[in-house]
Amino acid sequence: MNQSFWKGAKDGLPICLGYVSVSFVFGMMCVESGLPAWVAALISMTNLTSAGQFAGLSLILTGAPLMEIGVTTFVINLRYMLMSLSLSQKVDSRMPTLTRAILSFGNTDEVFAVCMQQKGPVTTPYLSGLVICVYIGWALGTILGATVTSLLPEMVRSAMGIAIYGMFIAIIIPPARKICPVLYTVLLAMAISGLFYYVPALSQVSRGWVIILCAVGVSALMAWRFPVKQERREEDANDA
Amino acid sequence: MLDYGRILAAIAVMAVVTYLPRMLPLVLFKRRITNPFVQSFLYYVPYAVLAAMTFPEVLYSTASLVSALAGLAAALLLAYRGKGLLPVALTACGVVFVCERLLALLL
Repeated sequence: MNQSFWKGAKDGLPICLGYVSVSFVFGMMCVESGLPAWVAALISMTNLTSAGQFAGLSLILTGAPLMEIGVTTFVINLRYMLMSLSLSQKVDSRMPTLTRAILSFGNTDEVFAVCMQQKGPVTTPYLSGLVICVYIGWALGTILGATVTSLLPEMVRSAMGIAIYGMFIAIIIPPARKICPVLYTVLLAMAISGLFYYVPALSQVSRGWVIILCAVGVSALMAWRFPVKQERREEDANDA
Repeated sequence: MLDYGRILAAIAVMAVVTYLPRMLPLVLFKRRITNPFVQSFLYYVPYAVLAAMTFPEVLYSTASLVSALAGLAAALLLAYRGKGLLPVALTACGVVFVCERLLALLL
């Protein structure tokens, strides 16, 4: 029990590191735009999401109506429904409803990514350790950014900015190397994502929608062309 | 003068629309889904999501494109050799740091 908790906390470390650098910037931006530090901390501690918070912050500052703030952040966060659905198949099926409701608060992109590459089901202590670790990183980074801006020099923050992507790469490359359909999934999703980033007409689409489009489109195509047999899924999970 | 009432309301709205999409599927789908298509679909979702989030954002995650490319190359190499999350993430950070110091010296 205890061991799984610490395993989760340890797996949360690279996320925590990446979060400190991102939430640091968030805290700084809040204070620079005239909000008090406690508002920055409150946003981070109740939202625990990056894109949604940055979008929400700029809307709050421009004086947008509540409805617009709600709809925009909701669209950015819709991708979590897919991740939460995926995660529901990965967590220990005996996990009680209340535990699910509490821990789902910490189901960020990165927490989801780490859970999905676990061998076997994700247990309550493991997920708790993971979520607590990343929550601390996110909250702490925000508070540091909002209060002691000089503590983390720009050169360190810049280097830490790549941590989260390094982690994503560590998750997707090993299976992509071994399993062809996973390689196709990765390449196709990157191609579509790049297209929507660089083609001027398409870059109007918000990144939240692009991720949903990539996830649904590419996964559906792959599920149709390369259905996964249950046994193989288990095997992959075991030697991943 | 800041309108704290409006700001707090906005934060509450944001918190709710962030929490609900994360919570509902996890709480509602307690049974294993047996439909083979949905199973396969969910098997591919993490890879598609992570790939789409990594590229091209990783290229702009540091102070310069050059250092990001160096960090990316290091991460790809270590991940290809099957290293864990923490070593890959830390090495990428280290390579970016060294690369940016070198660039600062040269330019």
